[in-house]
Amino acid sequence: MSTANAAAAPAADFQTGRPKALETHPFYRRLINALFSVLSLCIFVPFLLVVVSSFSSEDSILKHGYQFLPERWSLAAYRLVFQSPAILMKAYGVTVYVTVVGTAAGLLLTAMTGWVLSRRDYKYNRQATFYVFFTMLFGGGLVPFYILMTQYLHLKDNLLAIIIPGLLSPFHIMIMKGFLAKMPFEMIESAKVDGSSEMRIFFTMVLPLSTPALATLGLTIAFNYWNEWFNAMLFIDKPNLVTLQLLLVRMLNTIEYLTANTEFVKQLNIDVSHLPKYSVRMAMAIMAAGPMLCIFPFFQRYFVAGLTLGSLKG
Amino acid sequence: MKRAFPFLRGKNGELSLLFLPGFLFFLVMSYVPMVGIVIAFKDYNLRKGIFGSEWVGFDNLKFFFISDTAWRVTRNTILYSLGYIFVTLIVSLALAILLNELTKRWIKVHQTIMFLPYFLSWVLVSYITNAFLDHQNGFLNAVLAGFGLEKIEWYFGAQYWPFILNIVHLWKAVGFSVLLYYAGIMGIDQSYYEAARIDGANKAQMARSITIPLLTPLITILLILSIGGMFRGDFGLHYFIPNNTGLIYSSTDIIDTYVFRALRTLGDISMSAAVGLFQSIVGLVLVLLSNLLVRKINDENSLW
Repeated sequence: MSTANAAAAPAADFQTGRPKALETHPFYRRLINALFSVLSLCIFVPFLLVVVSSFSSEDSILKHGYQFLPERWSLAAYRLVFQSPAILMKAYGVTVYVTVVGTAAGLLLTAMTGWVLSRRDYKYNRQATFYVFFTMLFGGGLVPFYILMTQYLHLKDNLLAIIIPGLLSPFHIMIMKGFLAKMPFEMIESAKVDGSSEMRIFFTMVLPLSTPALATLGLTIAFNYWNEWFNAMLFIDKPNLVTLQLLLVRMLNTIEYLTANTEFVKQLNIDVSHLPKYSVRMAMAIMAAGPMLCIFPFFQRYFVAGLTLGSLKG
Repeated sequence: MKRAFPFLRGKNGELSLLFLPGFLFFLVMSYVPMVGIVIAFKDYNLRKGIFGSEWVGFDNLKFFFISDTAWRVTRNTILYSLGYIFVTLIVSLALAILLNELTKRWIKVHQTIMFLPYFLSWVLVSYITNAFLDHQNGFLNAVLAGFGLEKIEWYFGAQYWPFILNIVHLWKAVGFSVLLYYAGIMGIDQSYYEAARIDGANKAQMARSITIPLLTPLITILLILSIGGMFRGDFGLHYFIPNNTGLIYSSTDIIDTYVFRALRTLGDISMSAAVGLFQSIVGLVLVLLSNLLVRKINDENSLW
């Protein structure tokens, strides 16, 4: 969009892409920039407190609380986490598994459903569209869902309880449908004249052609699976099925979660009462969130594209 | 195979086959639970199952509505939603307009930083808020003590939470929202501003007479959509950030957290279902009303 504007107005400033005459006075620009710098700092500083706390010595925290400049720095928390990485690694494994399987399956299902809904020539288009989007307006609520999952589908302590509910969302289907509706119809017509079946058209033409939409939606779905804690909290009890987010929930509820976890303590061979629990908690939070927090911002524009991709109505 | 299922052949049949997995998904995940709504009118007993349990009519709903909780959670849900909607709208709109005055490079820097909290789950955010608010070790209490003031027990004082929750929500949502409005501003034709410039308008006048009026359709739609979802609260925010502390339920408890607690902690399944039903129905009415409103204003933007 901005490049188009710049091309249209030859006298445009190369920094803002705006005509020179509309340029903000440098003084005001600096003033606004200062305002935003303060704001960005305020938004960033909370992250810093957690990072610094994880590198603080336990004594400093006990004496002065969480600080931006601790009395004494220490790597004890990380040493502990790495000494017994089993819990964290297990949680990473489970989370990666759920994310990969869920995203692959969810993406395929979203594309299939979105494609059918985008086909105006499909006989049951209206009914199918209503069938999907009505679920956005009304639902049975938490309790019937919970009873269905536990009593009838028997998915308690099963990773499918996290994977299945996140596979499809009317919102994702709507975005997909909006994108696929713009697919040149003549191409499909000519493929059909050549004798291709609908299945073939979908898998060999539609899917490859919609890679931009698939990338955007795939990222959103993966992000949702990575940050999923609600279903995990409801349905997962077994320690070896705990996801990263659920691990964080458990540590939040009981600060002694790690010290009470025999598996963790057993490997350490140290006096439990001297465990640096406050800094360890923060270190675990960093270890759980850090890698993703470094990756996702690079894909920021995809998250925004997901919203504008295919107008809401499609 | 093909002979056995003639309705799966031909164009419509094959498309139906492609739709089948989605059909089954929503059937099981959305429509079957709707049948489960009958629990709200029964005295649910695990052993007797949904259909074996006894009918109690509207007793569950009645029981909920005569309690203080009904008023409390309904009020909290609506007031917090309104707070979040308007605080985020005003702040993000103002920031988006200001952001547009900066150079490309700085826009990118600020956007990226403001967007960071969006990537955190509420669980993780609660670690951060806890580092600030913890009674013993929290940073805020250390600051208060530094000024010789008395420490505050944040998690025990209901009066602080409307502010805390609004600030935390804004912190997490502002980056996304600014980007949304900024994208809208980018879409405005530059010639409007050039014409205004020739007429001698200053920046503030341009914002007031060009940017905001041209963004009004976008603002209206986002506003009405969020009002439609007003009755569905943010469970994660209200469950993790106040640390599920009973003392401050009066100002943090919303319908979603109440339903969850009734199910998981109190084990009152029927009542929990009844409250969920109440939420679903009011939510449906709100969405229908808001869509009606959009259609009145601008048919193009309505949901259906």
